[in-house]
Amino acid sequence: MSATGSSLNNPRPGPPLWLLAELTYRCPLQCPYCSNPLDFAETRDELDTESWFRVLREAREMGAAQLGFSGGEPLVRPDLPELIAEARRLGYYTNLITSGIGLTEAKVAQFREAGLDHIQVSFQASDPELNDAVAGSKKAFRNKLAMARAVHEAGYPMVLNFVIHRHNIHQMDDIIRLCEELGADFVELATCQYYGWAFENREGLMPSADQLATAETKVNAHRERLAAAGSAMKLIFVTPDYYEERPKACMNGWGSLFLTVAPDGTALPCHSARILPIEFPSVRDQSVSSIWYDSPGFNRYRGDAWMPEPCRSCDEKDKDFGGCRCQAYLLTGDADNADPVCGKSPHHDRVLAARRAADHATAPLAELTYRNARNSRVFAKA
Amino acid sequence: MNTQVPRLRPGFRFQWEPAQQAHVLLYPEGMVKLNTSAGAILEAIDGQRSVAEIIAALEARFPDAGPLANDICDFLEDARERHWIILE
Ligand code: SF4
Ligand code: SF4
Repeated sequence: MSATGSSLNNPRPGPPLWLLAELTYRCPLQCPYCSNPLDFAETRDELDTESWFRVLREAREMGAAQLGFSGGEPLVRPDLPELIAEARRLGYYTNLITSGIGLTEAKVAQFREAGLDHIQVSFQASDPELNDAVAGSKKAFRNKLAMARAVHEAGYPMVLNFVIHRHNIHQMDDIIRLCEELGADFVELATCQYYGWAFENREGLMPSADQLATAETKVNAHRERLAAAGSAMKLIFVTPDYYEERPKACMNGWGSLFLTVAPDGTALPCHSARILPIEFPSVRDQSVSSIWYDSPGFNRYRGDAWMPEPCRSCDEKDKDFGGCRCQAYLLTGDADNADPVCGKSPHHDRVLAARRAADHATAPLAELTYRNARNSRVFAKA
Repeated sequence: MNTQVPRLRPGFRFQWEPAQQAHVLLYPEGMVKLNTSAGAILEAIDGQRSVAEIIAALEARFPDAGPLANDICDFLEDARERHWIILE
């Protein structure tokens, strides 16, 4: 049992409360910050409808209540309406996380009927030129606008998501105004997190400290204005942790609340954990319960017995769990290390170097590596 | 507030979760675990009953708890500020 290093001295974890069902890696867009794995094009064997039904049922029995259908673009799955209906029947609160491409008014209504609770539409910018340049698609923006309106009219709560980076961070005012006009309830202004394609493209995506400070001032001014007007629209600004001195409490702790199931059935403690040199179990071979409680992969970083210094003797380890394992791996080559975002990490200089690079970066958008099957195959070979 | 009728904000769902042994409020990408009294108050909200009727119903349900009007109104005010409910 102690092979996992943690199951002996740690109490049994609580159940997974959130399930992220990545239905597919297929997507018509090519965002250069996509969090999908670089070699996504190698995944061809997607779980079938019945297998997803079983995953939904087992996770729900354990206690999962929030469910996200994402991808890739979940709309490319023809069985999406059936999956939504089953999720509703089981009692999930069901979120559809979509680029809006492939959505139609008929589908918006059909999903509502099936019991979908919420549709989150993601945008790349506040204007068509920049939006479509980032998305790598010519008519994405128009489509997204029309669908955001349809989602609102169908009575769903509206969450709009903008992924923020150095090429659109100057648009904060326009983005927020657009969201108000569309009647959004929640607006996520999510600065790229540097995993997957975004890590590959970090230099070309990461905003400078000045850009970030200007954007924060603007967001705060809008928050005050909205509060004074009694508006219920909530602005959630996720800043890049590369500008912090302490890491985020990633996923609220490894294997503590979140369960991701990838398109091929691989179960992960977070959607980016696939990059780690750990063998993760598949829902094709094991029940969700045995995956969650018993698999070495999910027990690998539970508790704190695995921690090396400086985390081991740090009095903040209960607060941030040593940060993000994927970030430690990407930046230091060893996933056990403290997240280098931390000022106490001996590798913190790598984060400082990225900040300096962001101050001087000049590469235009067109030079980024776009997320598409051709580029993905290059990574798969390497 | 007494004559106003509270209802859940669209997109918010209230339900009992056996695994957590608690009522929860679910909303886009979020979940709040409610304590017993918050759960009892939200359970009494049906979009029809006024605040006064909810107070009367809960006082009848928990006769040993004494007068509940202040606690209920405080909670509803707080829930409205958090935009969980709409009071009209
Ligand atoms: S980030 Fe862009 S490319 Fe990646 S799945 Fe989402 S819409 Fe598709
Ligand atoms: S040393 Fe480790 S536990 Fe302490 S603050 Fe840094 S990352 Fe967190």
